Amino acid sequence: MKTLTVNGNSLLWEKNMTIDVILKKMNYTFKMLVVKVNGKLIKKTEYSTIIIPAAANVEIIHLISGG
Amino acid sequence: MLKDEFFSKHDPGIIPALRSAVVGIAGAGGLGSNVAFSLARAGIGKLIIADFDKIEPSNLNRQQYFINQIGMPKVTALLENLKQINPFSDYQMHEVKLDEKNIPNIFKDVDIIVEAFDKAEMKEMLIETWLSYFPQKPIITGLGVAGYGRNDLIHTKKIENLYICGDEQTEPQEGISPMAPRVGIVANMQANMVLELLLKDI
Repeated sequence: MKTLTVNGNSLLWEKNMTIDVILKKMNYTFKMLVVKVNGKLIKKTEYSTIIIPAAANVEIIHLISGG
Repeated sequence: MLKDEFFSKHDPGIIPALRSAVVGIAGAGGLGSNVAFSLARAGIGKLIIADFDKIEPSNLNRQQYFINQIGMPKVTALLENLKQINPFSDYQMHEVKLDEKNIPNIFKDVDIIVEAFDKAEMKEMLIETWLSYFPQKPIITGLGVAGYGRNDLIHTKKIENLYICGDEQTEPQEGISPMAPRVGIVANMQANMVLELLLKDI
């Protein structure tokens, strides 16, 4: 059974897993994000195209207003 | 006033690294004006600051401006104020709305950039642009500054070269406005992180 890590939580890995799929599985509904996979930026335009490998470390940062 | 007197409370060992540093600040509002004040006092050699806004009376609740500066472009007023604090550093001001196209050019010479926007979509745009063009250069973002109290929720987090300062949860909304102490705390955490990174090898 393969997994990956999303913000420190373990998630079951699936074939053809994209950031969009991960967001849905994690129930992350917020819009403003920065996503890094194994330290590398995944651009917003790549959320539905780049396939995330098993054992990846995914960091999803939720951006909120205020400053 | 002599430059030597200004720096007489600085540890001599750190002065060369501070003087040769170039730091960018994207936004000159609550976070940016406070970061700029602290970094000017710290004696950073050069600050590159960009903002397109003009000062409104409501800005005075948390931003480092004064009554007689209302209506002025923030970058013009901030330059005035920084020179009143430390005239020995170099300040390059840009009155411009930052976007994916102009960010790489305006900030190409900085060692570190501080994200100091108000709106989440601007924060997202800057971080994504920065990590695309300059993944090797640190970016320090302010995230979750609204409200008052709850000091213990405010923290710093590091994800490679992306540093997050704030509580990461409190957004301005009805009943939760941005206020000087919490915005100032987070801005100073960002400025403090700048110093830590610049001086880490000393």
